[in-house]
Parts: sequence; C-alpha cells; structure tokens
Amino acid sequence: MLHSKHNKKKCVIIGASHAGVNCAFALRKEGWQGEIILYDSDPELPYHRPPLSKTYLTSAPSDVLSPLKSADSYVREDIQLNLGLTVTAINAKEQNITLSNNTSQSYDTLVIATGARPIIPKIPGLADAKNVFQLRTAADVAGIRNALGSKPNKNVVVIGGGYIGLEIAASLKKIGASVTVLERENRILERVTAPEISDFFQTLHQKNGVDIFTHKNVTVVEKENNTVKVVCDDGSTFTADIIIVGVGIQVNTELAKQANIEIENGIKVDASARTSTKNIYALGDNTYHYNAHYKKYVRLESVQNAVDQAKVAAASICEKEVAYDTIPWFWSDQYDVKLQIVGLSNGYDNIVIRIEDKEQPCFSIWYFNGSVLLSVDAINNAKAYVMGTKFIKTNQLINKEKLADSSIEFKPANFITQ
Amino acid sequence: MAKVTFITNNNEAIVLEGTTGSVMALAVAHNVKGIDGDCGGVCSCATCHVHVKPEDMVKTGQASEIEMDMLELADNSNEYSRLCCRLELSDDLDGVVLTVAK
Repeated sequence: MLHSKHNKKKCVIIGASHAGVNCAFALRKEGWQGEIILYDSDPELPYHRPPLSKTYLTSAPSDVLSPLKSADSYVREDIQLNLGLTVTAINAKEQNITLSNNTSQSYDTLVIATGARPIIPKIPGLADAKNVFQLRTAADVAGIRNALGSKPNKNVVVIGGGYIGLEIAASLKKIGASVTVLERENRILERVTAPEISDFFQTLHQKNGVDIFTHKNVTVVEKENNTVKVVCDDGSTFTADIIIVGVGIQVNTELAKQANIEIENGIKVDASARTSTKNIYALGDNTYHYNAHYKKYVRLESVQNAVDQAKVAAASICEKEVAYDTIPWFWSDQYDVKLQIVGLSNGYDNIVIRIEDKEQPCFSIWYFNGSVLLSVDAINNAKAYVMGTKFIKTNQLINKEKLADSSIEFKPANFITQ
Repeated sequence: MAKVTFITNNNEAIVLEGTTGSVMALAVAHNVKGIDGDCGGVCSCATCHVHVKPEDMVKTGQASEIEMDMLELADNSNEYSRLCCRLELSDDLDGVVLTVAK
C-alpha cells in the first residue's frame, strides 16, 4: 500500500474550525491511514463562522448553526473530534501535548490551527461594563441575542468600523436595534479599502438608519443606571444598552511561542505550512506565510486561506510535493449588498472605478500598482470579481481607459492590452 | 419534501430527502463527496457545482446572473450547471438528479 507507512501514525490537530476541520478531512482524502485527533475548546460541532455576524445574528434563536461537516462525517472518516477541551502546552521534544483535563496526547505530526481572538482594547470601564460583547464564536452570538432579549429596540454601540463591526451593525439594525458605529480613524474600512468603498458603505448604513461617526476615539465607559455611557476624546457621549467591540484580532500564538516555534507576525510557515519545528505544521488565521503571487509574507484572516492552506498541509503531511499558491479572496454581506474581494490591494498607487448602468448599485474598484492589477473590490458585481480573479492570476495587462468606460461591454477581450 | 439524487465522481448514486434549506446544505450534511460549500452557501466560492440532468432543468430552472458569473470560476461548467447553494429544497425539486461536477 502506498501509504501503509502512515498506518500507525497519529496526526493531532489543535483547533477545529475552518482550517483544522478541513485539514482533517483532506488528510483522509490524501490517503492518511493513521489516527486523526482534533481538539477545540469550543463545545459546538464545528460551524461556519462567517454567517455569525450576518444571517445567524438575525435568524430565530432556535435556528441552528451551519456545521462545517455533519457529525456523521467525522465518524465515517474515522476522525476523533474532541470538543470542549483546551490544549495547554506543546512538548515538541517528546512529541506530545497537554490538555486542560491534565491528560496528555502523543503525536507524530502536529497541526496548530488555533486561529485568532478579538482584541479587547484597554478602555477604562469597558471590562467591567455589563453587556459588552465581541463576535467570534457561537457563544458570543448567543450572548448578544440574550442581551437583546424580546425587545430588540435597544441602543447598541459598535466600537470599530471594520467589516465585522459593519456586518454586526447591519444585522442588528435589521432586527430593530438602534445602532451607532464609532470609528477611530477618519473613515470606516480605512485599513482595507479605497475611500470610494468607505464612502459607499458609510452612505449605505446611513440610508438604513445606522449612525456612523468617524474620528471617535473611545476613552472611557461609564456606568449610568441600567445603561452605560461611551465617552470619546472629543467629549461626545453615546448611551448604550449593549456594546460590541470589533477592533481587530490577535493571533493565538501562545502555544507555539512557548514551544519555541518561530513567530513573526503569526506562526511562520513555509509553502507547505511547515513551522520551524520538525513535524509541526500551522494553518489558517494564525500563520505568517509566503504568498507566491504577491511575492511577500502575509497574514490573512479568511476562510479561503484556512481551507486552502489546510489542503496543502494535508498533502504535505502525506509526503506529497505541494506549494501554497493562491490568490486570496474575501466577501462581506451587508443589507442586500454583496461585496466580493479578490487579491491584496496593499501597495496600490492608482485605481480604476467602473460603474455599471443598473438600478441597484453595481460597481467595481480595480487596484493597481503602476500597470499591475493587484486586487478588485466588486459591489453586487460577480462579473468584475470573476474577471479580476482571472486577470490577476495571469498577470494580464489591462487597458484602464476602456475598463473605466461602462459603455464598453464587460468582456475580458475588451480590456486586454497585448 | 424533495428527493434529490446525487451522482458522485465515482458514479455512486446517493439519494437524499429534505424539506428545507439548500441542496448544498443537504449534500454537506450527508457527506456527498465533491460538494464542499466552503463559503457556507452565499454564492461566493463556486465549490458546490452540479450538473442538472437535462430533463430536470424544468425543476431547477436556469442559473441566475450571479451564479452564471461565479460558474466561470468553476471547471467544466455548461448550460446544465448550477451552484447548488442556490437550489432551495421544495416539492418542485422532487426527483431531481444532479451530477457532482469534476
């Protein structure tokens, strides 16, 4: 048998979300015949995270999470799923891990897919205030739903105008809350998009009745009867029944660090998702990895990266020659607007905007460095997303004047420069 | 209630029944190989591509505009292609035969 040498080997995976679960199933697909043991501190059957801030937040409390794989699938593929158990230490020398129930588990190959957790800024009064939430897990959503109770017309202050904060704002508005978003920078989504996209989403939210304020640096949270007062450094105050913090994440690298695995803005891995330590791999949000297309190391918070890196790691663990080489993609749904992003826009120095002549907003922003297309943001425009994906993959030179002219039919052949 | 038949890449026929949700969710719940649904069913990833049996196109209808666009990212798409996260289970779908795209 081709892989009979793997027969008695154990692959232990820390973290059972998009990265860890997909790695487990990909291992079986690649022919791994040994044990596969998954651990996660989250007690829920592993679920899709993106819907948490979108449809799941607005659906009925009885609605179930959408599982990544059915419970049966784990049994069928002989994958041991240990939920509600936290890994507390990695002993790389002895090749074992320690668990929160004081037992240990040996491994031949270890995969660290521990992801990230939300940053809770050190704002005086925030930690002690009632009804302060973050959003990363199903339990976080349950907390928010519970705080909203039967009367969702509460005052919600969202700290942070990034994708997660804006998605939460849109979802809570939809179910009747009064929502205010406070952004510290001079525009929402400043780190990730061009000003035109920020403006579009700011207007979209305002049209839907969500208040967005920029240049709002929250300095203190004060108790005020049953509510709290959110105070900003310009003296403005906002009353809140519920505060939701969405100011970014920090990667869960503590276990790796303590095991002396190389860390650089995340767990540093090679093109096969191998860390600096023998027989230990890392994948997903917590990795600092090389992107072959953009020729630089990046850390990405995305489902695509988690899933694709998981497949590469699984193949590598089964001793196949593979290298991670993908164009990153992302999406965000707010109200009835679908944003699709392909590529990485960092380092852009010029953009092309193409606005389609349609009733509903439909446009795309093309980010270039000189003549090189880096990334596309497509608003309700899957065509632009798909064409952008193909152009980026093939390093296609593009006629920008034609691209910007929406009277020219949206077909790849019309924009190609020989 | 709809009975849906999936033909997988190794020519196995899997017959499943469901009443609500998408055909993609039904497939994932029963581990139908080749239907990944990486994006969770929001038409963002094109990993739930199926070919509808030509005579069953009346049950499913044609792909929508966004689906058609996304299908350009999928291999082997043709006029019978659908992304099955866009197919909602209902009586109308009963008896449909879907071949998982390669």
